[in-house]
Amino acid sequence: MTTDTRSERRPTSTTFTRWLGAAVLAGLAWLALFGLVLSPNDRVQKTGVRILYIHVPTAWLAYLAFIVTGVCSVGYLWKRSRNLQWDRVAGASAEVGVVFMGITLVTGMLWGKISWGTYWTWDSRLTTTAFLFVTYIGYLAVRDLGGTHHQRARRSAVLALLAVLEVPLVHFSVKWWRPLHQQESVAEGKLNGLMMFTLFVGLVAFTLLYVWLVLHRQRAMAMDDMVADQGLDAALAERREEAVR
Amino acid sequence: MSTWQIARLVAAKDLRVEWRSRVVTNQVLPFAALVMVMFAFALDNDQALTRVAPGLVWLAAMFSLLVLVQRAFAVETADGALDALKVAGVRSSGIFLGKALALAAQLAVLEAVLLVAAILLYRTEVPAGGVGVLLATYVAATAGLAFVGTLYGGLAAGARGRETLLPLLLLPVVAPVLIGATRATEAALGTNDAMPSEGWPWFGLLALFAAVFGAGGALAFGSLIDD
Repeated sequence: MTTDTRSERRPTSTTFTRWLGAAVLAGLAWLALFGLVLSPNDRVQKTGVRILYIHVPTAWLAYLAFIVTGVCSVGYLWKRSRNLQWDRVAGASAEVGVVFMGITLVTGMLWGKISWGTYWTWDSRLTTTAFLFVTYIGYLAVRDLGGTHHQRARRSAVLALLAVLEVPLVHFSVKWWRPLHQQESVAEGKLNGLMMFTLFVGLVAFTLLYVWLVLHRQRAMAMDDMVADQGLDAALAERREEAVR
Repeated sequence: MSTWQIARLVAAKDLRVEWRSRVVTNQVLPFAALVMVMFAFALDNDQALTRVAPGLVWLAAMFSLLVLVQRAFAVETADGALDALKVAGVRSSGIFLGKALALAAQLAVLEAVLLVAAILLYRTEVPAGGVGVLLATYVAATAGLAFVGTLYGGLAAGARGRETLLPLLLLPVVAPVLIGATRATEAALGTNDAMPSEGWPWFGLLALFAAVFGAGGALAFGSLIDD
């Protein structure tokens, strides 16, 4: 770190993230053991219930990821200093959130086919989730629009806050449009002890995975920004030289 | 100058540009009418058409909204007119309200044409009891669409040459308007034996939507176009 930073190889990992990565692997292995082997079959859904251990943690984390994006967007806009670190965490979190939400939708559809006999129902939670997915794909597209880092940061931060306005309105209107509702099985307490524990394992493993992914991704983004800055500096220097000649 | 005066000037300018270029009357209106005819081809059933007519009217309005918004900001970015307004220190909330006002005026004409097309082509009728709900829905939905369209149009206009982005950003946001306006219009027209009084809660949703995005847009528009 003390020598010339340009030529030095810079990994996105630190000692902390390496340990965290090991913990993620252990957590996922533990989840596979409990989810696939040790936990019992459901009385009604038989072995199909095992989708729950991926479906529910990814859904919760996708929502958490979008909340983090919103909070970081406020963090960027709040202070006059406009720290880009907020923006990068917001972007990294949204990327991970979109991936998790995609997994949630796919596992949910498979589970729906098994337990309800159909891939999709126009239930309010499903529909809102689908809209959320599309909204944040749009958010990621806006992040790629170009311009300076601060233009990107401000534009996407405002968009993330508009999404905070949009999501409740969509949820509310869809709920009103189709009032039928699937009950949350966790809240009802239908799961037995070992199933509950497996779900908890899944939640811990996926939370660690989320933190690990966001840490790496935001560092990679910082490096992207740095490369872009250096490219700009180099281009400026070249033009200046041309002008002198 | 007050925000309202700026808004009036901007809106008058936009409408004058439209009046002289006739893009809306010569291109967007025929497009909307064409969409209505295409729906008839796709559904191919008179009863089904009558039943889903309210939804088709608003769906066609959403598609036309996309075209109108592209047009509203193509006018601004072509010669850097938006930059000139910003450099001149014109308040961005005024620009937002003005552009939304002009967009609302064009949408209002367009939606009226679509409704008439539905009556003519899809065998829908407006019962006397439903006129109040229909008018209220018309006003609230138009306001909501105009505010959201201006807001996201400004965002997409800031990124030149990325018009493909607008539908992806705009359509999820206007979904509540599509749901609310369709349900309220169904109530007004008595589709599926709905009563006109069933439309008022949906009107409430539309009014809330317009208020939220009107206020949010006036606040956020400045940072979206300020590059």
